[in-house]
Amino acid sequence: MIEGILIGLKTALSFQNLMMVMIGCFAGTIIGMLPGLGPMTAIALMIPITYGFDPATGLILMAGVYYGAVFGGSTSSILINAPGVPGTVATSFDGYPMAQQGKAGKALAIAAYSSFAGGTISAIFLLIAAPSLSKVSLSFRSPDYFGLMILGLTAVAAFSSKGNFLKAMMMCVLGLMLASVGQDTLSDIPRFTFNTMNLSDGISFVLVVMATFAMSEALTIIIKGNDPSKAAKQISLTDLGSIKVNKEETKQMAATIPRSSILGFIIGVLPGAGATIASFLAYGMERNFVKSEEKEKFGKGSVQGLSAPETANNAACSGSFVPLLTLGIPGSGTTAVMLGALLGFGIQPGPRLYETNPDIFWSVIMSMYIGMVVLLILNLPLIPYIARILAVPRTFLIPMILFFSVTGIYLMSFNNFDIFLMIGIAVIATILRLYDFPMPPLILAFVLGGLMEENLRRSLLISDGSWAFLWDRPLTLCIMMTILLIICWQIYSSLISRKI
Amino acid sequence: MKINSVKIISLLFFILSAFYLYTAHQIQVFAFDEGAPFNAKTFPIYLGYAGMFFSGLKIVLPDQKPIKIDPTYLEFKKTILLVLTMIVYGATILKVGFFLSTSLFLVFSYYFLGERRWKYIIIFSFPFVAIFMYLLHGVLAVYLRDPLLKYIGIIG
Repeated sequence: MIEGILIGLKTALSFQNLMMVMIGCFAGTIIGMLPGLGPMTAIALMIPITYGFDPATGLILMAGVYYGAVFGGSTSSILINAPGVPGTVATSFDGYPMAQQGKAGKALAIAAYSSFAGGTISAIFLLIAAPSLSKVSLSFRSPDYFGLMILGLTAVAAFSSKGNFLKAMMMCVLGLMLASVGQDTLSDIPRFTFNTMNLSDGISFVLVVMATFAMSEALTIIIKGNDPSKAAKQISLTDLGSIKVNKEETKQMAATIPRSSILGFIIGVLPGAGATIASFLAYGMERNFVKSEEKEKFGKGSVQGLSAPETANNAACSGSFVPLLTLGIPGSGTTAVMLGALLGFGIQPGPRLYETNPDIFWSVIMSMYIGMVVLLILNLPLIPYIARILAVPRTFLIPMILFFSVTGIYLMSFNNFDIFLMIGIAVIATILRLYDFPMPPLILAFVLGGLMEENLRRSLLISDGSWAFLWDRPLTLCIMMTILLIICWQIYSSLISRKI
Repeated sequence: MKINSVKIISLLFFILSAFYLYTAHQIQVFAFDEGAPFNAKTFPIYLGYAGMFFSGLKIVLPDQKPIKIDPTYLEFKKTILLVLTMIVYGATILKVGFFLSTSLFLVFSYYFLGERRWKYIIIFSFPFVAIFMYLLHGVLAVYLRDPLLKYIGIIG
């Protein structure tokens, strides 16, 4: 493992890659700060640029963007009470009241230190967990992988859809349908191409991500008449106060960070759960841990109330890389985008990645840690300047997002058809968003579609067409039982709340 | 059963799934693959049924808290104008070239969204695109098709 860490450090610390981490963190912070635009949009906008780099550099850039976007989301939560990403909603509970008390700088510093600490602890967990799980997952077979993919989709649908399980499952199916367009991987038989050459290679992953996230988020902001810069005009973005944290506050954070890190990492590893659930659970857990007089401060600018969700959401980000790197199965929409990018580089993540491409495996892990350091050293002091991006009016912001989206596809294909297809998908996605149809399950399903079909094909051929492979092996049976449990729990909870 | 927008979307999804299922059955597989446990149409057929199942459930089951969107608060005009601008942009980007079509797309988009400060509109369109093109084409050596600039002799 030490050798691997050194390989990773060597790759991640090369001048080019170090620059990429910095650029990624900076760009991610800016995009993540804009309300409505999260890490998925940030990564999606970067994908066309990364295809010009080698895989390690491209992935390092995207990892930097990911962490930068999460950090940027916290900043807008604290400063204008408009979380850039769902994972930072809990941050605003105590971060925004602190900012209102004239302690915006301190709130940002607490958030940054907590994120750094959470990221550091979870990076250590990732260093230990990823290689071990890689070895274990070598014993996984096609039925297990097929089961794990269904588990991932079901879990994302269950946890990311705010109670709209059926809507999320419909989005999963739509994602799988889009993934099935093009030639069959084994027989090369065209499917759903409608005799159009433009569809024979299938629909590009970048196109779908750009359309369903960057473009449709921009269109949603317009159709709803939201203006992210309005809230920013109400506060001074240049005078944020001191960023110094005193001894007592440090002591409070020291107690919160370890438990929130562990919780965040575990939640992050689970498919579908991710940073949002981790941050809310950590906030709730912390409230139960503190003394009653401290409990009263929650929601009014508590240090622990701010530190806990920030630590947990960063720890969950690292945790979400465990299933991606070791099993090749993303557990969240963001890691699904990363998987799509990896496949675009011709790299198949999974247990063998650890052996076949150790430089990529380790450099991604090490670059995450370097990204945290960059965020702490560079971004925190620069926040008063970066925060001015919040004041950019939507009249300029939206056309820029649309321009980058169209340009991204244009640079990849030089084809009008792809641009029109992207606009069409974006319009449909915008309508679906208006009615609370979640997009992350669609992306996850789109990315997993090919792999899922491949594993189902192998499983059915091995079992000669019998579906008994779903319960023949104890591991597959356990996975299927978990899926059933999630579905039953969803039905039960929807009957309780009478919303399905 | 009360009809609302979500039910209509679910119904459209049901129809889409039914059409997908029909098209999946039409996929021509090799003769030796016809009776195989898995062929090119197996997975799409399951997907078609799954789509019909989930959307069917959504149509049939009661929606206790339907989403109410007041259309008067939605900015349809701006959104449609922006989408149309994008379509024109997509149609012209190859023929007119990247520089002119992108710059004009930005100018019209800023204007349609309500921006009237022409100084900023101009700065963030033509010069911005020129810098972007220089970074992409000149620094990162990414090919950009632009017949107009090629004709003038600015890019090779």
